[in-house]
Amino acid sequence: MHVPDGFLDAPTSLATGAVAVTGVALALRGARRELDDRTAPMAGLVATFIFATQMLNFPVGGGTSGHLLGGALAAVLVGPATAVLCMSVVLLVQCLLFADGGITALGTNVVLMGMVGVGVGWLVFRLAQSVLPKKLSMVAPAAALGALVSVPVAALVFVLLYAEGGAVDIPLDTLLGAMVGVHTLIGIGEAVITFLAVGSIVAVRPDLVYGARRVLEQRPLEVKEALA
Amino acid sequence: MKHVSTKTVIAAGLLVALVLAGFVSFYASGDPDGLNRVAADKGFSGTEAAHRAEDSPLAGYETQGVGNGRLSGGLAGVVGSVVVLTVAGGIVYAVRRRTPAQKS
Repeated sequence: MHVPDGFLDAPTSLATGAVAVTGVALALRGARRELDDRTAPMAGLVATFIFATQMLNFPVGGGTSGHLLGGALAAVLVGPATAVLCMSVVLLVQCLLFADGGITALGTNVVLMGMVGVGVGWLVFRLAQSVLPKKLSMVAPAAALGALVSVPVAALVFVLLYAEGGAVDIPLDTLLGAMVGVHTLIGIGEAVITFLAVGSIVAVRPDLVYGARRVLEQRPLEVKEALA
Repeated sequence: MKHVSTKTVIAAGLLVALVLAGFVSFYASGDPDGLNRVAADKGFSGTEAAHRAEDSPLAGYETQGVGNGRLSGGLAGVVGSVVVLTVAGGIVYAVRRRTPAQKS
């Protein structure tokens, strides 16, 4: 979903740039609460894993492909503020080193994949967690649900931005249908990858998964001792 | 269950990432992604401007001067992974609390 230069006009790109800078600044403050000596290595791993997985475009039919965005995955594993930092680093490196995602569109991409992807992924995950049984086995399915929803919502936000500052005048409803349609399919892939990645870490070290902490805290003391 | 150390989890995860970026990426779909596809279908892909970093030695996930496609893409993936790990790792280590919030 990397937006190149030229899709959105300068005022829109400036506005998303300002939102992105504010978002990253807030994330730097928020990440302090999420990160300590034990969780910081996870954040490095998550950023690297998302960069690697974003190279793996999978086909979604009709000669179209998609790749993991990773917002929900990062939010559940390391917390939403740290996730915004991880996503922003990935997008910055892709933009400057790999010419993937425009330079004037970097703010737009941080907003769409970083902030919207992480924010929606985390909110849906927390919502699912409040409804589902408080069990460790429910962490990965809740994360997958967050992932599934986050991709079409990011596509929806792109359409809103395009309606505001798109280079070409396009009927909004057809653009919306096309973007949300294809990104719902990509969202299914996003959900599968997120389920597998979160599920693997929960299986070996649930205490390293930010989104599993609440579940672990409710469990009896002996379990905590076993993990220590 | 046997306790798996944090180091092992991180090392295994990084190994998976390196294999994905350095090897599996060769088999990724080359079709346009969702956004590029919609842009082409709806007639606004032509407004895409040339990328200012298109002369980067790693532009387009290919390593300049490496002819073999498998090697060129794999090398780009591995270099990118190391750069992301270094930058993200540096930031989170600078931001983190020095002492764990909770003893576990």
